[in-house]
Amino acid sequence: MTKQRKAVALISGGLDSLLAAKVMLEQGIHVEGINFFTGFCVEGHTHAIRKKDREKPKRNNALWSAEQLGIKLHIIDVIDEYKDVLINPKYGYGANMNPCLDCKCFMVSKARQWAEENDFDFIITGEVVGQRPMSQRRDTMNIVSRDSGAADILVRPLCAKNLPATKPETEGWISRDKMYDFNGRGRKPQMALANEFGFTDYAQPAGGCCFLTDESYAKKLVDLWDARSSREYEMDDIMLLKVGRHIRPKPYFKLIVGREDGENRFMNGYRKQFDYITTVSCPGPLVLIDGEMQAEDVEIATRLAARFSKDKNSDAVTVCLHLRDGTEKELTVTPLRNEQIPQEWYV
Amino acid sequence: MSQHTLDARRLLCPLPVIRTQNAAKKLKPGDTLAVTCSDPGAESDIPAWSRIHGHKVLEIKHDRDTDELVITIEIGEA
Ligand code: SF4
Repeated sequence: MTKQRKAVALISGGLDSLLAAKVMLEQGIHVEGINFFTGFCVEGHTHAIRKKDREKPKRNNALWSAEQLGIKLHIIDVIDEYKDVLINPKYGYGANMNPCLDCKCFMVSKARQWAEENDFDFIITGEVVGQRPMSQRRDTMNIVSRDSGAADILVRPLCAKNLPATKPETEGWISRDKMYDFNGRGRKPQMALANEFGFTDYAQPAGGCCFLTDESYAKKLVDLWDARSSREYEMDDIMLLKVGRHIRPKPYFKLIVGREDGENRFMNGYRKQFDYITTVSCPGPLVLIDGEMQAEDVEIATRLAARFSKDKNSDAVTVCLHLRDGTEKELTVTPLRNEQIPQEWYV
Repeated sequence: MSQHTLDARRLLCPLPVIRTQNAAKKLKPGDTLAVTCSDPGAESDIPAWSRIHGHKVLEIKHDRDTDELVITIEIGEA
């Protein structure tokens, strides 16, 4: 009896990885999915925070893909290990803070380790030659195979016919003829194949699979690193960069101002870790103070907080400054006018 | 058969799923796991994860006061 061959598929939640896994299932391979959570994934925690997003139907696209395929999905927390990838990328960053090539090498290498530990024979990705400027060019795809250590057990079913034969092909576990030769940025062949397989409701991520490709997020991350003179970060930092307005009046502290109820509620969970400001005389946002504010900065911080309260146009708003040591101080201040807030304070 | 609990409050998806997955690995078929979450996304993610791994969702309870969810699953055969 021939051995049942097993492949682990990197499942991002997008269409390409869904198709790649399906192509292998069609060839009788036992496929299980793997998905890495770096902390920056667009998937997941954004939808939960903002109220308007809470009302949208929620689903995790990687889990949805696995369910469509009828395969298991293993979601792996790589938050800590990923720090080194982001902080010291050997191949640099893409358009924003996205270290895509290093990221791909890292993920394929983690998948290779997982395959070894779980007795799987090869690895599948949904990569397509020429699809992404940095990580999916022919030369960089070679780098991913080489640096990840996956070498010839890395199969890209959507463009395999444009690439050298891999071990699963030469060993006869899978047939090259039943794979594809997609290339370039066009999406038509993928959509036609999705149609053929009967997939309709798939996700179409624009740009990339994580927040690091987002310009405004990347700006906030760089600002955080500059302010701390260190590129270290914790999970809480990553999450807080996704919520609120970030306003930095001084290099050593910034305010995070909740924009609506959902964000205020989420930020509430951080009150013990930060000094913060609430409004007393009228409804207003929760304002976290990130950094070490000095006594002379209290006026500007409280007037800024008042600026985002319901009575922003009045002359007096009472706010409360809560310090981490438990001290509370009520102050009545004049909200800053819009023109008094320099544009460069907005991160 | 034993009953277990997991506190996944203040974690945003997919972390509640990852914690559930890691806790479930240590349990036996028939054991139950009650996961408390504050991210409403868990209400769709934990059942989806359970379905693909052959576990059964026994109950989803909402606590209106705290806005928390308790999702109880029964571990299936591996
Ligand atoms: S977009 Fe983000 S997750 Fe995707 S390859 Fe680039 S860095 Fe990695």
